[in-house]
Amino acid sequence: MTLKELAYARSGDKGSNVNIGVIAYTREDYFFLKEHLTEQKVAHYFSRLGCRQVRRFDLPNLLAFNFVLYGALQGGGSVSLRTDAQGKALGQAILQMSFEVEP
Amino acid sequence: MALRIGNAQGFWGDQIDAPATLVRQARDLDYLTLDYLSEVSMSIMAIQQEKDSASGYARDFVGVVQSLIPYWKQGSKFRVITNAGGLNPEGCANACLDVLRKSGLSGKIVAVVMGDNVLNCLQSDVSNALYCNMETGESLRNIEGRLTTATAYLGAKPIAEALALGADMVITGRCADPSLTVGACGFHYGWKWDSYRQLAGATIAGHLIECGTQVTGGVSTNWLQLERRTSIGFPIAEVEEDGSCVITKPSDTDGAVNEQTVKEQLLYEIEDPGNYRSPDVNVSFLSLKLQEDGRDRMRIAGAEGIAPGENLKVSATYRDGYRADGLLTLVGDDAERKARLCGEVLLERVRSAGFELEQTLVECLGSGDAVLGLMRSSCDLKECVLRVAVRDSRRQAVDRFTKELASLVTSGPQGVTGYTTGRPKVRPVFGFWPCLIPKSIVQTIVKVPS
Repeated sequence: MTLKELAYARSGDKGSNVNIGVIAYTREDYFFLKEHLTEQKVAHYFSRLGCRQVRRFDLPNLLAFNFVLYGALQGGGSVSLRTDAQGKALGQAILQMSFEVEP
Repeated sequence: MALRIGNAQGFWGDQIDAPATLVRQARDLDYLTLDYLSEVSMSIMAIQQEKDSASGYARDFVGVVQSLIPYWKQGSKFRVITNAGGLNPEGCANACLDVLRKSGLSGKIVAVVMGDNVLNCLQSDVSNALYCNMETGESLRNIEGRLTTATAYLGAKPIAEALALGADMVITGRCADPSLTVGACGFHYGWKWDSYRQLAGATIAGHLIECGTQVTGGVSTNWLQLERRTSIGFPIAEVEEDGSCVITKPSDTDGAVNEQTVKEQLLYEIEDPGNYRSPDVNVSFLSLKLQEDGRDRMRIAGAEGIAPGENLKVSATYRDGYRADGLLTLVGDDAERKARLCGEVLLERVRSAGFELEQTLVECLGSGDAVLGLMRSSCDLKECVLRVAVRDSRRQAVDRFTKELASLVTSGPQGVTGYTTGRPKVRPVFGFWPCLIPKSIVQTIVKVPS
């Protein structure tokens, strides 16, 4: 089971931070993700980015989560040498995440 | 009837014919907002202004004004609100007035909003704790001599004041993006500046349309499912007196406005959805309700707001060395391995020339490097794009790198191609320095240049 079957996403930058909005397709998907798409799991998945901290904000009214990856861009869009200097591709990256548990 | 506000420019470099197209497609538009400023665009304007003191604004906007003239002449009444003024709103206004005058529209009133430039405040008080980098806590003293720009995000109030002066066009410098919309609503409905629920609703509307086509199908996860994608319509927010709104787009345009496009854009570039901070109001997204309201129409209601903080956010930039990046395409067996070796060879050659570069990055695009190997392709690549990016405080070091890249065409493996774009350019790097400033020391000026 990969995240893209349960949710859609969008990412962008604010200074050195990236945020990734993850939106569940259904209420059941939202509650599954609330339990399994934890800050720890996301931080581990993106560990190569070298974030200082990952925080999850829940938006139950929209069946969505907002993940903020603090320090993920290491200096921000104008300074980072990466192709994806603004984290625009990380929405696509998170959707490839897999879960061992089936909803 | 709801106030109709369109956005036809999501960033500096967006489709230049979008504003004229939108006012043609939506004849009853009340306001057209155009957003030109990203976090570091001010530093590009600062370089331009060093060379020519009359510049320092988004020059594209003057061409946009020219393209709108036929619609005003045909009787359209829309007013324009834009942050195209950059570092020089007055210069921008003068250029626009010139275009209007030559076209026989000298009756149009152009107002400017100034006071966002706080470079002097920062430079004269570098030890102030508020001016420390919000992300790193670093003191402004560390970059004191290298500061290039510092602008505070102004809010909706001066925009509403400019509209009250009868302005047909309001040109600001740095301004919070949603405030372009909030200013129009605040003026039109005569909201008090502590009517936080209404201001919160309008801020949501502004946030949703500020990036143009990003809410009408662009950047969507499910972009492939759009029926048509060539001419995606730019967004229109129909804002009601209670602050709720409908997001839509002109009929007969490509793209879509639906639950998915709106939810994705709501979450775009935000931090805490329970406390989205703007100069006008701090907004909670947690009470929002979305509802379909016909084809390509989404109703958004329920925003809650509280008083904003005592400080404004400042976006400052400073010189931070030089950078360059070069691309080569490798074709054939073992393309990825060859690309990686070419990257190493290139940096080794710069080293032999006497420059130990401070920061380097080799990416083999196609193999999964763009997202740091999180999505690796499982097959043996037969073609791969080598991208090498470097950064250094010494211009000469970066310059040397740009001169080494092409040597791989003859000394690298067979199958190196795609070098016709020439030597990479050495570009100055501008670091981003977010900090705060007390509202009380920011002197906002609204005026109508004659």
